[in-house]
Amino acid sequence: MKTLKINGREVTFSNEKNLLEVIRKAGIELPTFCYHSELSIYGACRMCLVEEKKKGLIAACAIPPREGMEIKTHTLKLQKQRKMTLELLLAEHERDCTACDKNGNCRLQELARNLGIEKVRFEKKDKKLPVDNSSCAILRDPNKCILCGDCVRMCEEVQGIGVIGFAYRGSNTVVTPAFNKRIREVDCVDCGQCAAVCPTGAIVVKSNIDKVWEAIYDDEKVVVAQLAPAVRVAFGEAFGLKAGTSTENLIIAALKTMGVDKVFDTCFAADLTVMEESKEFTQRFGKGERLPQFTSCCPAWVRFVELNYPSLIDNLSSCRSPQQMFGSFVKNYYARQLGLSREKVFVVSIMPCTAKKAEAAREEFITSGDPDVNAVITTQELIKMVKEAGIVFEDLKEEPFDMPFGFATGSGFIFGATGGVAEAVTRNLAEEVQKFKDVRGLDGIKEARLRKDNREIKVTVVHGLKNARDLLEKIKAGEVDYDLVEVMACPGGCVGGAGQPLPNNLIKRSQRARGLYDNDNRMQLVRARENPMVKLLYEKWLSTPCSEQSHRYLHTSYRPKRRIEGSDIRFSSEKGQMDIKVCIGTSCYLNGSYDIFKAVDKKIKENNLEDRVNLEATFCLENCNGSPCVEVNGKIVDKASKEKICRMIDELA
Amino acid sequence: MAAKQDFKRSFQRVNEIIEAHGRNPVELISILQEVQEEYRYLPEEILNYIATAMRISPSKVFGVATFYENFSLEPKGKYVVKVCDGTACHVRKSTALLNALKKKLELKEGQETTQDLMFTLETVSCFGACGLAPVMVINDEVYGKVTPEKAEKIIDEIIKEEGGRGNDQDH
Ligand code: SF4
Ligand code: SF4
Ligand code: FES
Repeated sequence: MKTLKINGREVTFSNEKNLLEVIRKAGIELPTFCYHSELSIYGACRMCLVEEKKKGLIAACAIPPREGMEIKTHTLKLQKQRKMTLELLLAEHERDCTACDKNGNCRLQELARNLGIEKVRFEKKDKKLPVDNSSCAILRDPNKCILCGDCVRMCEEVQGIGVIGFAYRGSNTVVTPAFNKRIREVDCVDCGQCAAVCPTGAIVVKSNIDKVWEAIYDDEKVVVAQLAPAVRVAFGEAFGLKAGTSTENLIIAALKTMGVDKVFDTCFAADLTVMEESKEFTQRFGKGERLPQFTSCCPAWVRFVELNYPSLIDNLSSCRSPQQMFGSFVKNYYARQLGLSREKVFVVSIMPCTAKKAEAAREEFITSGDPDVNAVITTQELIKMVKEAGIVFEDLKEEPFDMPFGFATGSGFIFGATGGVAEAVTRNLAEEVQKFKDVRGLDGIKEARLRKDNREIKVTVVHGLKNARDLLEKIKAGEVDYDLVEVMACPGGCVGGAGQPLPNNLIKRSQRARGLYDNDNRMQLVRARENPMVKLLYEKWLSTPCSEQSHRYLHTSYRPKRRIEGSDIRFSSEKGQMDIKVCIGTSCYLNGSYDIFKAVDKKIKENNLEDRVNLEATFCLENCNGSPCVEVNGKIVDKASKEKICRMIDELA
Repeated sequence: MAAKQDFKRSFQRVNEIIEAHGRNPVELISILQEVQEEYRYLPEEILNYIATAMRISPSKVFGVATFYENFSLEPKGKYVVKVCDGTACHVRKSTALLNALKKKLELKEGQETTQDLMFTLETVSCFGACGLAPVMVINDEVYGKVTPEKAEKIIDEIIKEEGGRGNDQDH
């Protein structure tokens, strides 16, 4: 055990990665903006400055603890220094706190209060940058950004994408997507994790509360809510309960008080998903086709594949997520049971997740203008609504879910934690009742095996899209071999979704997951196929898993998506009779499209066709499975070759 | 016609440049420098292409391209005219010089580059040649003690050399 001194008192430490952790363990709270234990160390906000006897002022987050150090955390000089740093940040910052979504949850506000800032001595920046309202999941207001870089590192290090980055320099520095594009125009997957780490209101979750109130107060509408597993084990945190405490019956009571007509359980839809997904797996595994099968419950992951791994799109399970299965059977089946047209039923999902907002808006899930899921609100939004409605949490009396979609087996609950979907599917495949604890917990990559009919099924689980990317690269390189792969975009799975209450750190995430497994342990039925209500739905409506009917209502399809809007490379503004666009998006590029470009260019020159042929280079024609692609007069030519395109030019000439 | 061919050529140069640097992200800055020499600025779609070809995120490339002052994301003229507005030059009436140039080049408020992509007018804060104030630099050539009249004459000479102002160019 090594020791150092903090404010004159001896403190022991072992392998803490920096001074900050040692100081916090000693029970002293140092302010920080840019430090997250899960991200790399940036040391930019200068809030965690401390005084070391020999070294003077140092940033506690960026320095490892050393034997014999003598640290002071709260001298007069430091207090002054921190106040000054904070004031400078505030000077740059939009100060309209009461109208901010983060009001009451904002680190900047909190620290300003704690450090006793009464007034900001610096002039406010007058330049106002545009607010980015383009995404269904997040709202970006760069005027509230303090440049701590938390979101940048989250998106790059944990999600492996790098949608947003620092641009420009000095006082013009901003955090922005490439070329100042809007979020919707680039390769954001809507996971919202950037909003979950943003200490201010610069990136927040897009709110759908108003839509829900509107529906509740509309007498014409029957409002049907579904409650995701991860929400119930986090909701109570806002009311002083420990993370992991199950509060579904209180939430149901609150929703009913607000005026929601029916409250059902997304865990029921999860059981249904397991039925479909395990059947689909059995079919693929039997034929040795499209393996490994990827889970498709996480829309952020699905979009990630569509954007980045078009060649693996077929590996995704065609099952809709539980949220969308729910929307579908409520609108297409339940509404009829109620004697209503689908437009009269308003489906609201209560999710831990921001990507589900974008998922509900996908065109595949909208029938003649009416979406299967009308609104998605997060746990945080639900908490806000409860407060807006003036509901006193302590006075709520527990109420049960409505039937017929209010019952789930243990499998349905564990969907909310990383490993849960894989375990639920594997349980359903196994002959005997069996649990698969190897895929639980917060390790980046986990594995399980199941023997069935004398064959071994290899299952793996990753969470965080950076881990997913690493895995996919290995799969593509043939270095690893799996049959079933579960991916959740959020670290820890949906319990760590970006709509969960703050703080949303590793400790909270694992406590919430424990809450879900406790629920599972209490259940007698732990396999989806034992769910009597699910059986009933098959009898009455769907016939069997993966039947034609269930394919129509519970499955979907995916397609490659372009990563960035705009940006074609044009070589002139003139118009010839023939348009040739060579795709130089990643897939086509890797399949040699640049050589096609060169050959076509040469051909044009040699035959003096400059006036007649318009050559362009474009980024992704969203037809990556046919790469390399060339678009000729508006029609895409799959698996294009130089020869083929040159022949087409000859035909024209 | 000529311009069209040049852009295709430039695009092929971009590929050669990327290859020559072995697609190494560490060499991004040098790659951008060379690409800028080709286009005289860094077009968005070319930056995007570089990101694709090098398998880095466009936001990274954008970050680097906007961080260094030497990079420009706006088209630049063939001749970049820089007028020093440092203290010494300011005292020696660099503002009058700047205004005269704006008028001569028919630049509107906020516009830096002429329509025909011939000239770009910029200010800098000190070339370190204060003895020659006011100083003007066109591409690599330094002109000292420049009066508005002298500046106009220099511009006229360039235009003559180029065979007149370009109504015949693409906009
Ligand atoms: S929502 Fe996710 S993918 Fe989009 S910018 Fe934020 S962290 Fe990146
Ligand atoms: S892991 Fe869960 S909460 Fe996170 S984006 Fe995916 S579905 Fe949403
Ligand atoms: S990269 Fe998507 S179609 Fe070419």
